[in-house]
Amino acid sequence: MQSMKKVIGSIEFGILSPQEIRKMSAAEITIPDTYDDDGYPIEGGLMDKRLGVIDPGLRCETCGARAGDCPGHFGHVELARPIIHVGFAKTIHRVLESTCRECGRIKLTEDEIQEYMKKFEVVGDRKKAKDRLIKEIHKKAKERMVCPHCGAPQFPIKFERPTIYWELRKDEEGNEYRHRMMPSEVRDRLEKIPDKDLPLLGLHPEKSRPEWMVLTVLPVPPVTMRPSITLESGIRAEDDLTHKLVDIIRINNRLKSNIEAGAPQLIIEDLWDLLQYHVTTYINNETSGIPPAKHKSGRPLKTLSQRLKGKEGRFRGNLSGKRVNFSARTVISPDPMISINEVGVPIAVAMELTVPEKVTEFNFQKLKQRVLNGPEKYPGANYVIDPEGRRIRLMENNLEIIAEKLDIGWTVERHLEDGDIVLFNRQPSLHRMSIMAHRVRVMPYKTFRLNLAVCPPYNADFDGDEMNLHVPQTEEAQAEAKILMEVQNHIISPRYGGPLIAGMQDHISGGYLLTREGAYFTRSEVEQMLMFAGIEVEELPKPDKKENGVELWSGKTIFSLLLPDDLTIWYRNKLCDDPERCEALEKLIEEKLVPDEEEVRKLAYDGFTYILNGKLLSGVVDKKAYGREDGKLLDIIVREYGVERARQFLDQVTKLTIWVITHRGFTTAIDDEDLPDEALDRIHEIIREAEERVQRLIEAYRNGELEPLPGKTLEETLESNIMAVLAEARDNAGKVAEKYLGMTNHAVIMAKTGARGKILNITQMAAMLGQQSIRGKRLYRGYRGRVLTHFKPGDLSAKARGFVTNSYKSGLTPQEYFFHAMGGREGLVDTAVRTAQSGYMQRRLINALQDLKVDYDGTVRDPSGIIVQFKYGEDGVDPMKSWQGKTVDVDRVIVRTLLKVRGRR
Amino acid sequence: MVAAKTIKTLVNKSELPDNIKEELYNKLIEYNKKYKLKKAEVEAIIEETVKEYKKALIEPGEAIGTVAAQSIGEPSTQMTLNTFHYAGVAEINVTLGLPRVIEIVDARKNPSTPIMTVYLDEKHRYDREKALEVARRIEGTSLENLAREMSLDILNYEFVVEIDPERLQKSGLDMEKVQRKLESSFKSAEFETEGYVLIMRPKKVGKLSDLRRLSEKVKKHRLKGLSGVRKTIIRKEGDEYVIYTEGSNFKQVLKVPGVDPTKTRTNNIWEIAEVLGIEAARNAIIEEIVNTMREQGLEVDLRHIMLVADMMTLDGVILPIGRHGIVGEKASVLARAAFEITTQHLFEAAERGEVDPLNGVVENVLIGQPVPVGTGIVKLAMNLPLRPKRE
Repeated sequence: MQSMKKVIGSIEFGILSPQEIRKMSAAEITIPDTYDDDGYPIEGGLMDKRLGVIDPGLRCETCGARAGDCPGHFGHVELARPIIHVGFAKTIHRVLESTCRECGRIKLTEDEIQEYMKKFEVVGDRKKAKDRLIKEIHKKAKERMVCPHCGAPQFPIKFERPTIYWELRKDEEGNEYRHRMMPSEVRDRLEKIPDKDLPLLGLHPEKSRPEWMVLTVLPVPPVTMRPSITLESGIRAEDDLTHKLVDIIRINNRLKSNIEAGAPQLIIEDLWDLLQYHVTTYINNETSGIPPAKHKSGRPLKTLSQRLKGKEGRFRGNLSGKRVNFSARTVISPDPMISINEVGVPIAVAMELTVPEKVTEFNFQKLKQRVLNGPEKYPGANYVIDPEGRRIRLMENNLEIIAEKLDIGWTVERHLEDGDIVLFNRQPSLHRMSIMAHRVRVMPYKTFRLNLAVCPPYNADFDGDEMNLHVPQTEEAQAEAKILMEVQNHIISPRYGGPLIAGMQDHISGGYLLTREGAYFTRSEVEQMLMFAGIEVEELPKPDKKENGVELWSGKTIFSLLLPDDLTIWYRNKLCDDPERCEALEKLIEEKLVPDEEEVRKLAYDGFTYILNGKLLSGVVDKKAYGREDGKLLDIIVREYGVERARQFLDQVTKLTIWVITHRGFTTAIDDEDLPDEALDRIHEIIREAEERVQRLIEAYRNGELEPLPGKTLEETLESNIMAVLAEARDNAGKVAEKYLGMTNHAVIMAKTGARGKILNITQMAAMLGQQSIRGKRLYRGYRGRVLTHFKPGDLSAKARGFVTNSYKSGLTPQEYFFHAMGGREGLVDTAVRTAQSGYMQRRLINALQDLKVDYDGTVRDPSGIIVQFKYGEDGVDPMKSWQGKTVDVDRVIVRTLLKVRGRR
Repeated sequence: MVAAKTIKTLVNKSELPDNIKEELYNKLIEYNKKYKLKKAEVEAIIEETVKEYKKALIEPGEAIGTVAAQSIGEPSTQMTLNTFHYAGVAEINVTLGLPRVIEIVDARKNPSTPIMTVYLDEKHRYDREKALEVARRIEGTSLENLAREMSLDILNYEFVVEIDPERLQKSGLDMEKVQRKLESSFKSAEFETEGYVLIMRPKKVGKLSDLRRLSEKVKKHRLKGLSGVRKTIIRKEGDEYVIYTEGSNFKQVLKVPGVDPTKTRTNNIWEIAEVLGIEAARNAIIEEIVNTMREQGLEVDLRHIMLVADMMTLDGVILPIGRHGIVGEKASVLARAAFEITTQHLFEAAERGEVDPLNGVVENVLIGQPVPVGTGIVKLAMNLPLRPKRE
């Protein structure tokens, strides 16, 4: 179990030389076949036992280990003729062009060589500059038609994709002719290039000699890298790479025998080209210019390049991201009774996932019991690990023996229990709050349960969403998760420095119902709700009033019970529609700093929230109190009283408001959109008027009386005028509807407190839908000159171009319904396109920025130590700890300190 | 009541950055007037501010790059795709929302809707007529813009343009000027005016396609104004007139008489980098992203955007975020290979004999080692005393 930890310091890249390939080879492969008729690996074949074994029972002939333990060993194929490596074909061309065909020197004068050497030193490791320099040298050397070193005349070299080189020679009479350079000739030339010229060509003299780019020996990857699979029918299916290697060896053998037999040059060259094709596709089967090698079934083979490339390739699919153990996935459902930092884990999941716990003298008894319970009984264990590192699976029959043997130093992999730390995640993981640490609550049934307040960071709802759960296995991982990743540490979003985990929907409506003016509760109600919300008070505060001998408490008094006692804050909330009353209160506070409670109560107004020393004296709580993004109250609690207090507050406030909303009853139905006849008449009047005005505009346009707006054509002017008229009509209709719908209407309560929806949604339901649009324009596509055949061609009137005068409640006409669907479709298409685009942008951003970190000296640096910012964000402040972006909220600090010094009376 | 001087000395003694000192000082003076602070209170406030500031400082090792990328990427999922919206000036289209952010991050040389906001100098600022004068100097006009009708006369081998007198007058040109301008630019043809009709006659009679080609050139030839600027719109903002232009030519516009070069701006970041330098370009990137985000109603902390802009302008030239820019220039082979075009990067690395020092995040994820950010930068080892075995 304990092994020496080795650290990889760096990785060197280079090209394998033929000698190296031979040296690391365990066997030369000469037979283009895999298994014999008995299913036994053929010696010298592609499944040679010296290359490692995959069949159970066999032993590797190189290392002697069995399948699974043997990592595999490379073999090699001696190619009959040199072959160009496709990956380097372009570089070979560049090198050929920049060097002399006779002496092999780079076609630069000594002075130039010195100059460029110096430049390389200056450039150092900067990649782009280096690229540019290499390009420049190539350009210069290519154009030199006489070698500056030996004076030999040079010829242009044409490269024909993927692997053919032509030399455009001239004979003595000056006739041009093309000469095909076979790989052997290419290799000869490359061999001549001296080591000292290589850096100028962008090559490394020790790690990548140019002639190594022309293969003479081909490495054969170990069997473990290309295992064959046995289908149910017993037929062996070989890996794509094996197939390709078979082809290569077969052609190589044919080429060899033809050469030995002295076959005509033409035949040899054909075979040579065929071998080149096979090696090319073996390396990259998507090389442009040649047809991809196909499997028998017609599917293109997945060769070396294809294994590495792309999203499912080795790099992005297996190395950057991996499949893991100790994880679970199931549907999520809500549970308002658990804390925000808990997650309900189904018992079936809890019995499958385990946490390794070291046996110590403190937990010996407990773990022994777990072992005795075994894997089938809930608080049990699935495995134990003895001090030698052996994993023993617990089964019904060995429980007692192992429990007896259990001692300090052993490790028990016990079932997940209440209080264990787990990571909880929902895809797409767009920000760090998409993975947070929760504490386990083991529960019956089969879904993960989570508190509603943590839905926003995960962007989760319960329409069938599934989430993943991971169990950190080491103490270090658990500690990091607990300290850095727990939910309460992420209440404030690092994106904008405001709360992200917050009350939503019913919590906000409920808060309004609880704290609005005139909300009073009897003793039994108060006791029940406090009990439900888990608020502990030694005794109830004094009742606010007595009616018919019944003691009544106001909702504000109850809400104050869950606030910290020295909290003072005031702000205008979302219901503030009478600025004068707010100003009166603001003036009072400004004058007195700590005004008398009675004075405040006299001025109390639902639209102005004022909490003095932990007492809600005026105003309701709404989205601005503990809602997402602008929950000021929650924000202050997190910052001034800490995350643990904030968690408690959120837990209590959500439970309290849920009690209120369930016991008071809160629903919205079709009669919430009822408008009196007079209102409907006025709306109809507005519609009629708007349509008339549109008609007048159209007439003016037809008569040529319309004045075009600057920079617009006549048609555009007409359209924008009509749009303005219709938008105004919808707004006016909305205003009429709004006037008749008061705060007794539940839909209005939701919209105004910010719990759900906007006033616009209500007016669309009650008054009218308004103009439907596509790309910000009125609807115009469909038939020639009209959207639907129900209208005359060229009809520009409001109704013909997607103005919907009905409301959802009154019901749309068929035409209107179609218009509405057109507008709706645009939205759907938009979302689909957007997710793809923004996903790619985010991937690029992350790849570009992920290495940046703040150093101990407060600078922002990239991994090579280059300073990107001298002080992070110019003030060194963490956006998550800033006050909505500000370095320090000076006003708040002054007021808070003053209150502390003068405040509490 | 504490004297302002005492407050000043007290504030200056504290360990706060200058801008907060200033803010705190101003606020303290303000509150002092209202509440008549005592010295102890001022001291308490300053102490509290320092505490608050220190608490808010970022911790070493914090992976702010990732946080910045997420903070811009995550809200972009909520942005509209509606390319054309109207911002401020109803007459000019501006790319907004996600496409605009992508455009900025990609550092496109030619944004899809370049726009300049031209402020005017003291002399031209308050008078509509004078502003119009400047606008005329800026607005690029070609024959095409002035023409009411254009036709090729095949029989006489001529190009006939009928000019709209109204537009001609508006542009501040006249027929003579047009003719002269064209004559000086096109030596291969003769120009003739007859009232409001302009006739172009090539000196050499050739193929019809030659005539057509030449007429296209003449049509597009700029008669006056700046190249690239198509439309100008004058708007009154406060008490001054401002010219908005569709199309941008920042370098030239600053030289136009009547323009206030200190306030005039463009949304083409490359032009800003070229004319005003890289620091200005950095500020332009920040401002453009902030404005786009704000227009969509999305809050993103300025620090994240600054980091992106700093990264893009670090080398003195604007680098796009992506394969051709920042990622493509990373020192680490593995980091580049893990992003895009995997195999090419590996071949190139082999060719050059590159060494990957493995000091970035992806590289270490790839090889399964702790990443060098956050808790991964702490290097501390400890030998725990082993508890004696239980009897």
